[in-house]
Amino acid sequence: MSDAVPKIQIHGLKKSFGDKHVLRGLDLSIGKAESVVVIGGSGTGKSVLLKCILGILEPDAGSIKIDGVEATKLSGSARDAHLAKFGMLFQGSALFDSLPVWHNVAFKLIQAQGMPRKQAKERAIATLASVGLSPAVGDLMPVELSGGMQKRVALARAIAAKPEIIFFDEPTTGLDPIMADVINELIVKCVREVGATALSITHDMASARKISDRIAMLHEGRIIWQGPKGDIDHSGNPYVDQFIHGRAEGPIRMQVKRF
Amino acid sequence: MTLPYGTVSDVACLAPTLTPPSPLDTLRLLLLPSHRLVQIMNPFALIGRTFLEFLSATGRLAWFAGTSVMHCFRPPFYFRQIGRQVVDIGYFSLPVVGLTALFTGMVLALQSHSGFSRFDAESAIPTVVVLSITRELGPVMAGLMVAGRIGAAIAAELGTMRVTEQIDALTTLSTNPYKYLIAPRLIAGTLVMPVLVLVADIIGVFGGFLVCVYRLQFNAANYISQSWQYLEHRDVASGLWKAAVFGFIITLMGCYNGFNSKGGAQGVGAATTNAVVTASILILVSNYLLTGLFFADK
Ligand SMILES: Nc1ncnc2c1ncn2[C@@H]1O[C@H](COP(=O)(O)OP(=O)(O)OP(=O)(O)O)[C@@H](O)[C@H]1O
Ligand SMILES: [Mg+2]
Repeated sequence: MSDAVPKIQIHGLKKSFGDKHVLRGLDLSIGKAESVVVIGGSGTGKSVLLKCILGILEPDAGSIKIDGVEATKLSGSARDAHLAKFGMLFQGSALFDSLPVWHNVAFKLIQAQGMPRKQAKERAIATLASVGLSPAVGDLMPVELSGGMQKRVALARAIAAKPEIIFFDEPTTGLDPIMADVINELIVKCVREVGATALSITHDMASARKISDRIAMLHEGRIIWQGPKGDIDHSGNPYVDQFIHGRAEGPIRMQVKRF
Repeated sequence: MTLPYGTVSDVACLAPTLTPPSPLDTLRLLLLPSHRLVQIMNPFALIGRTFLEFLSATGRLAWFAGTSVMHCFRPPFYFRQIGRQVVDIGYFSLPVVGLTALFTGMVLALQSHSGFSRFDAESAIPTVVVLSITRELGPVMAGLMVAGRIGAAIAAELGTMRVTEQIDALTTLSTNPYKYLIAPRLIAGTLVMPVLVLVADIIGVFGGFLVCVYRLQFNAANYISQSWQYLEHRDVASGLWKAAVFGFIITLMGCYNGFNSKGGAQGVGAATTNAVVTASILILVSNYLLTGLFFADK
């Protein structure tokens, strides 16, 4: 990946909300068909990072290049073409609650790619099957599903149109361990077989090890460590060590009061 | 002795230690232009700030309206969404608008009868009813009812979509929210309101007819011919133009407030209230302006 243009290249990315500085000059680069997992404490700005890359949030400073093209100042049809490359699984699923499950999954196929509804529905049912949901689920409304089922539908929606770049914001949170592993396999398959570039966020270290080629740790607005997943156990970085072993004691201080 | 920023007496009144400040000095201190209290109480500053906020809010709304209208005329068009909104805004508003119009027409007949009988002008009642309904009461009453029904529903729906990230999800699925969510509502609202008001006009006039014929013993055939006699084309047309403008206002305010809502359930609640209140006020204001425009000659 070192010689080619990286799929995603982020440099000096900054984002604040009021006087809360969430991202403080973040650098990250992801190669084509590479799977990177970002780990980091709750509220460190992982979801904000994904939304900045997508342009849902406007960065305060820094550059984001997709396929070598600066993406932060796009508008109009250039932005549409940029967005068409992405698929995103939102942390809170964000399913359209006025549409049945199958239409959620087939949404991009029907609305943006103009696929006939019948064909799109078949594709949606097939995608639902790959996340372990039966065809009958397709005709339900999102509110009729459990949280974990909603997450899987959202995952199906993110991958149904076979995007070049897929963002997974906590794909396995709220799933049982077996289903979590099925989803891990699915993400790996998306990257290996379809050749998609994946950027995932997870707190689940087992999942991170399984789906990633490379792991990066976000702390206080910067990537403080990154390396191949095999190196994570001997990173020599006390922050990473504390995080992957889930210790309350260490250099990362949680802002909690004793009670 | 001269100091860069003032005279000796200025400094003396600010220094608390040496001599206790005289009441006059304290007053001067309070009234120093930079003092916060003065700033808060300064009526000019307050008016200026409110005015500036009003201007920037108007600017944001105008920008939003411009963007939305532009997207109404550019493909892709989501005909299915437009159809759904036509049914929602038009068809399902029929009962409430019809009922409002019926009772408005009935009460109008009763009121004008009790007033006009004082100077033997009962024969003018059919004309008064039909003109009031088609020019004013039909569009305005329908507008206000639809603002309550549709403006609130749009703001709540889009507001919920905003706070649950569904609008963000739309953009990641290569669908422009202005085109998919807002344009269909604006198009449907603007096209459907005139139809709704036409129905309201007919029902309202019929309400007046019912009261006059069955309660006040008017002759039915006479009533109808009198209604037609003085009715001009533009009485109805002006009401329908108003209706189109009201339909645009209602859907625009619903979309604007819903689309920009933030902060969870409470934010959605506030957006809903704002949508209805601002739409209602704008309906009444624009009604006055449009009336002035349509009937400028007489
Ligand atoms: N729209 C917003 N307005 C204001 N502050 C925000 C907004 N979105 C995020 N934040 C703040 O940015 C910080 C990072 O949020 P983010 O959602 O990225 O966290 P996260 O790393 O994804 O955490 P988690 O693992 O819990 O999902 C949080 O402290 C949050 O308060
Ligand atoms: Mg998050």
